[in-house]
Order: sequence, then structure tokens, then C-alpha cells
Amino acid sequence: MSIMEYNGGSVIAMVGKECVAIASDLRLGNQALGISSNFQKIFQMTDRIFLGLPGLATDVTTLKETFRFRVNMYTIKEERELEPETFAHMVSSALYERRFGPYFIEPVMCGLQKTHDGSYKPFIAATDLIGCLNFAKDFVVAGTASSKLFGVAEGLWEPDLEPEDLFETCAQTLLNAVDRDAYSGWGAEVYVLTKDKVIKRTLKGRMD
Amino acid sequence: MNSFLTRYSSTTPEADIRKAKELYGEDEDFSEVMWGSTGGFGNLASGVPMFKLPSVQDPSSFLRMHTDDHADPSCRIKIKHGTTTLAFRFQGGVIVAVDSRATAGSYVASGTVKKVIEINPYLLGTMAGGAADCQYWETYLGIQCRLHELRNRERISVAAASKYLSNLVYSYKGMGLSMGTMICGWDKTGPAIFYVDSDGTRLKGDLFSVGSGSTFAYGVLDQGYRWDLTDEEAQELGRRSIYAAGHRDAFSGNTVNLYHVKQDGWKFIGNYDVSELHYNGPGDVPGATGGGYGYDIRVAGRTSTNAPEGEAGEGQA
Repeated sequence: MSIMEYNGGSVIAMVGKECVAIASDLRLGNQALGISSNFQKIFQMTDRIFLGLPGLATDVTTLKETFRFRVNMYTIKEERELEPETFAHMVSSALYERRFGPYFIEPVMCGLQKTHDGSYKPFIAATDLIGCLNFAKDFVVAGTASSKLFGVAEGLWEPDLEPEDLFETCAQTLLNAVDRDAYSGWGAEVYVLTKDKVIKRTLKGRMD
Repeated sequence: MNSFLTRYSSTTPEADIRKAKELYGEDEDFSEVMWGSTGGFGNLASGVPMFKLPSVQDPSSFLRMHTDDHADPSCRIKIKHGTTTLAFRFQGGVIVAVDSRATAGSYVASGTVKKVIEINPYLLGTMAGGAADCQYWETYLGIQCRLHELRNRERISVAAASKYLSNLVYSYKGMGLSMGTMICGWDKTGPAIFYVDSDGTRLKGDLFSVGSGSTFAYGVLDQGYRWDLTDEEAQELGRRSIYAAGHRDAFSGNTVNLYHVKQDGWKFIGNYDVSELHYNGPGDVPGATGGGYGYDIRVAGRTSTNAPEGEAGEGQA
């Protein structure tokens, strides 16, 4: 029994044209037994940053609060908004602080990064459970269905997708990948982040 | 001269068999009728099945070392596991219902497995545990049941067929066979169910459920079971029970296969998608009360925590 598979769950984030998307399933399990179909794994950290926390459920709750605290402290002390790339390093170092007794979480994050000319550049990143950063240009995955997510995403993703197309790509990738994973599924939610709005959609998924 | 020619020519099927015999050192005589008439059971040519064993000191512990045992999920070769199957006897015959998911580790290897094995028009076997073990030995049981019929001019009883299987798997005890099956049918004595597993257990009973999702199925089954269920009520109970297991158990699901055994043999009732049952129910079928089986769907708008239909969800595009 792996502690990373104790509760199940998966997250994926994708880059589009001046937008990003992040999606997760909604299952909370106790090994093979499904407990809840309403367990959120994606959290909004700032107006322009989303964080997905697949892994051990107790650490999802803990880390959500930890990062809320650290983001607030940063914003107050620095008197400016936190940038996604900075947040990624914050996550990384917070996880490495527990190098020899880690949180059993593999975070996935996405956001819109402010550039010098004042426009926004899509940003995604993921880390392993002790904070090794992975800045990908296309998509990042994590959770019990990660291997399946990689397969579907490699097949469906293409560069410069408009928000609605990115939503469809991200949603279909997640929905189809979790159907091949015993520990993920039971519904899903997708967030699409553009420069002027956030679209949240809860999806009907297979309930087995 | 001609017989010498066939005997030593290397192109005839007889020569091929002879060569094979020399190679594997089997002494039983093969006849030509064996070719193409064994229904794929090639190794039954000599009457009893023969299996090639790995040439190591202890073949069964060698196998156990490399394949998935419940105790050691970390090994490399994963045999397909995880199931929910049920069967119950009632006034109108026997209901057999199963799911259709096969998993290897956490990977859903297939969602369209046939876990009811149609042994003959009066006998059904269910499949839990090793898929290959169940498929092979229950098909083999079908062959033996037919031979019994030809020898005795009478159909085999469910008791006899299940005992044949139970004795057979017992002779392989400790070799790693994995099966938990229910042999269901109708014979002279009426409807009958026997639970047979690879430990050698054989039990007669009215109601069984086998597999990782069996506890969930029993929950629904026990509260709805009565001897005097009508045919429609019984079919609905079987369907609803497998749905419950498919919903809660990670290793069960995808679809439900439903069978009904009556005096004149078994009948396939239908195949139902578990998610479709959750959201919309089985549709217009006898016994169905209408609407989805899912808790949230059933109570939508009727409690303070449940929003009415349509408020949550965009729907799968």
C-alpha cells in the first residue's frame, strides 16, 4: 500500500493562448472505498494563481492553509501581489523544509505571470513531494492517474488554444484519464484563467 | 511402401505430432481426430489437461514470487483482480448479476469483461479472482458436463457439476489458482446455487456475493431479499446491488450484466452502464421504480444540503 494512493485523486494543468486551465477529480477515497464525491483539490491562492494538491487528503487540508498563510504574509510584508513563478518557489521551499518527513502531496500550479510590458504570460509548474520544480511549457500532471493523464494529454494538447478550446481539451483529458484509474474520478472540476476572468465548471463524470 | 513414406516424411500432420512427441517426451498416442476438434483445448488431447511447468525446484513458489498475491502488490506481473458478482435463489428461479471491470493494480484494464460464463443452456458460472483461471476451468467444466450428458443420457445436476469443479481445483491446491465462483442452474431438484472457490470450499446456499465489492452488494441484497420476490423485483434487486458495489468499490464498475435462470434454462436480461444507472436509472425495464439510483440524484431538492437538479454540473460534453 502506497501512502500516495491512500485517498486517490488527480490534477492536471495546461497552457493555452493567454490563458491557463487546471482541472481535478472530486473523489476522496479510503483505499478502494469511495467516501466523498465532493472533495476539492484545487484552491485559488491569489487573483491570478491556482494551486492543485493531489495526494494524501490530510496534507491537502494542511497545505492549503499553510500556503494561504504564507501568501498572505508575503503580500502584507512586500506590499505587492505575489507572482506565479515566485509562488512556485515558495511551494518548492516549503516542501523541502520537510525533506526527511515530507507531506504526501505533489502540487500542480498555474497562473498568469505579469511581463515587463504589462501583459500576462501563462505559467504552469509542478513539483514532486519534496519540492523539485518542473516548469513545463505545455502541461503538467500529478496524482494516481498521472501516467494515464500523460498519455491522453500528449494526444490531445496543442499550442495556442483559445480559452473555450483549452477548457474542452483539459476537461476531456481529465475525464478520460480518470476513467482508466481505479482511485480517481467521481466527478470533476475545471478552472480556466484568462486575463479578465476565471471560469469555473463542475463536470458530471462517471460515478464508478 | 506408402506407409513407410508417410511414416518418415516430414510434411504430414502425423509426422508433426510424432516430432512433437519426441520433443516433449509424451507417451500417449494422438489420433488424427484431435486436430481441430479440441475447441482450443489443445493440451487436453491426452484426456487430462497437462501444463508445462517452469524447470525450477519449486514451481509454485517460483510463480508466487513473480505474480501478484494479495499480500504483495508491489510485484511486477499483475494478474487481473477485483470484481463484484452475486447470485440468489428465489421463487422464480435464480438471478445472476455481475460487474464488468478488470483491474491490474490501479489500472482499469477493461470495462467490458464477461464475468458470467455460459457453461451450457442450463448452467452459469460467475467469475471472480483470476480471469484466466475462471474462464479456462469453467469452459473445461462445460466440456465435462456435455460428456456426462452423452454418457448418462441425462443432464448433469448443479450439485454434480459444482463438485466436479471443486474437486478439480482442489487437486491444484497450493499451485496459485485463484477463483471464487458461483455455479448456478436449474436441474431436477429446481433452482440451485453452489459457491466454489480455489481453496476447495464448496457451499450450497440461497444467496451469495463474491469479490472486492461483495460487502456493498450484500448491503443492498440483504435488505431487499425475500423468497417470494416477483421476477421483475428480483431482477431489479440484482441490478441495484451490483450498481451499489460499482459505485462505492474502486475495483468494480463500468457495466452490469444480468441473467435470469428459469426451468427452461438461463436468459440474458441486459447490460446496464453503472454511470447511466447512477444518473438516469435502468430506463423503461420491468421492476424499475424510475429515476437514477444515485443518492444525490434521488434526494435532489429534498434536503437543505442538496441543490435541485441542474444547479450543479455542465454535463459531460
